[in-house]
Amino acid sequence: MKRFFKQSKADIAFDIVNYSILAVLLVIFVIPLWFVLIASISSPEALYQGKVLLLPKGITFSGYARILQQEEIWLGYRNSVFYTIAGTLISLFFTFSAAYPLSRKDFKARNIIMGFYLVTMFFNGGIIATYLLVKSLGMLDTVWALFLPTAVSVYNIIVTRTFFQNSIPHDLFEAASLDGATNMTYITKVVLPLSKPIIAVMALFYGVGKWNEFFNALLYIQDRAKMPLQIFLREFLLQSQMSADMVGVDARWAAEQQQTAEVIKYGIIVVASLPVLIMYPFVQKHFVKGIMIGSVKG
Amino acid sequence: MKMKDKNSSLTDWKKNIKKNYELYLLSIPTIILVLIFAYFPMYGIQLAFKDFVAIDGITGSPWVGFEHFERLFRGYNFVRIIKNTLTLSIYTLAVGFPLPLIFAIMLNEVKLHRFKKTLQMVSYAPNFISTVVLVSMITIFFNPNNGIINKLIVMCGGEEISFMTEPKLFKHLYVWSGVWQTLGWNAIIYMSALSGVDPQLYEAAVMDGANKLQKIWVVDIPCILPTAVILLILNCGSIMNVGFDKAFLMQNDLNREASDIISTYVYRVGIQGAEYSFSTAVSLFNSVINFILLITVNTVAKKVTDNGLW
Repeated sequence: MKRFFKQSKADIAFDIVNYSILAVLLVIFVIPLWFVLIASISSPEALYQGKVLLLPKGITFSGYARILQQEEIWLGYRNSVFYTIAGTLISLFFTFSAAYPLSRKDFKARNIIMGFYLVTMFFNGGIIATYLLVKSLGMLDTVWALFLPTAVSVYNIIVTRTFFQNSIPHDLFEAASLDGATNMTYITKVVLPLSKPIIAVMALFYGVGKWNEFFNALLYIQDRAKMPLQIFLREFLLQSQMSADMVGVDARWAAEQQQTAEVIKYGIIVVASLPVLIMYPFVQKHFVKGIMIGSVKG
Repeated sequence: MKMKDKNSSLTDWKKNIKKNYELYLLSIPTIILVLIFAYFPMYGIQLAFKDFVAIDGITGSPWVGFEHFERLFRGYNFVRIIKNTLTLSIYTLAVGFPLPLIFAIMLNEVKLHRFKKTLQMVSYAPNFISTVVLVSMITIFFNPNNGIINKLIVMCGGEEISFMTEPKLFKHLYVWSGVWQTLGWNAIIYMSALSGVDPQLYEAAVMDGANKLQKIWVVDIPCILPTAVILLILNCGSIMNVGFDKAFLMQNDLNREASDIISTYVYRVGIQGAEYSFSTAVSLFNSVINFILLITVNTVAKKVTDNGLW
């Protein structure tokens, strides 16, 4: 309190303005997410009449009950879980096997290979040429079209390499090789155990990316049985392709059906974002760490 | 003399490969992957100057010169998609570049630890929502019949507005929903730059009688300027690369005159319409502009601030 009085008038004014703006921002960030959540458990009529604003009205889980019965949502869910896990593992393999050698000063080809990767950050063949390639490789409608073309991001390779350079001193390798360790034993016994933080960061970056992936599936997957959740979400949420049995054939009027459909939409948003949002508070720190590593130049 | 140099560097290489053969082996899978999926498609760029015939493949198709480019420049769509692309990207840059910087500086002044942590955590969350979900939220909230925004407008005595189908409103919805989604996340990099500021600089500023605003001006801003310049260059370099997903998902027949951008146009004509050659020409044109922009901005930035990508 004492310190507060010492502040000049200008500083107090600054603090008041600063805190007020930030408080408003806090509300703006939270409200849309909060509203989706409360709308998904409110009664369709209350929602339609605009009575749901800050608190849920007429709490009901009927929307979720209908979502549970919707097979395509769960089909998409299963596919997306599989694509996310398998795709992340594949991406991690390519990213780490590329990044580690690049971090070693005594790896003579490092600059050539780095240049080879960097070029692809600025030049590419465009979607048509990539699409024709995937098509001619016979990968259309296969999981490989989702896994391989976007398996590595050069940016992530750079971040991982920077981590290796900064947190695993080269002396460690020299000491190990004096003890007769080969590169392979050094990598498995020393490097991998020390890389847990960066593995976590990369798994999260790739994982969220794969879960939210939309474009590649739109481009390469035609078979409904293989479509990821995001494609089904688009149909349900944006193209409003909800079957009559989903909103309920017992609905007496079209208006009632429409009201139920609204609540279901909010529910679907919650269900679709759940995996990421549940994990989010626990892994948030790692993400921030990833950005920090990436921002270190060199 | 020269021959000898060559020989000795060759033996250097041989030695290095022998000693670190595991590192070379380890690099091979990703090199092959990048070769196939990043370099090989570049070979397909020649399609822009050819007429693609499926049976003949990329190599066998006949050359047509600049025919596709002429068609692009003459087409009634050309001005529209360029204008829309530039409008969205420049608007996004004008709002999306300074705001995270300001947000980071404001957060940096917060001394209530709890409040700061909460605000940070909440502001990063929207970044993890998928584009499909974000666009769905916009569509549902701004729906003219039963969207919450229109309900509020009516409650306050206004008229319902059909946000999603009004071309004039498209860019605002697009840009400001993007700000909501990325503001906190994009501020992280500035926050980390600010946390590295030497406390002595603040003390010196206080000794000189600086108030908070002046401290921000003389200490914070100069400290994050290098980071900001690098980000600005990168952003300018991709000014014609407006992401496909969001514009495509927000697009409908009624707002197309404002929402049709280069990438959605390429998708519609190229993939859906199967005009492979023409749409390759469109994306090549786009890449060339991007590249010119990147080099120009980097040169200017280097002259003005001594910070550049290379």
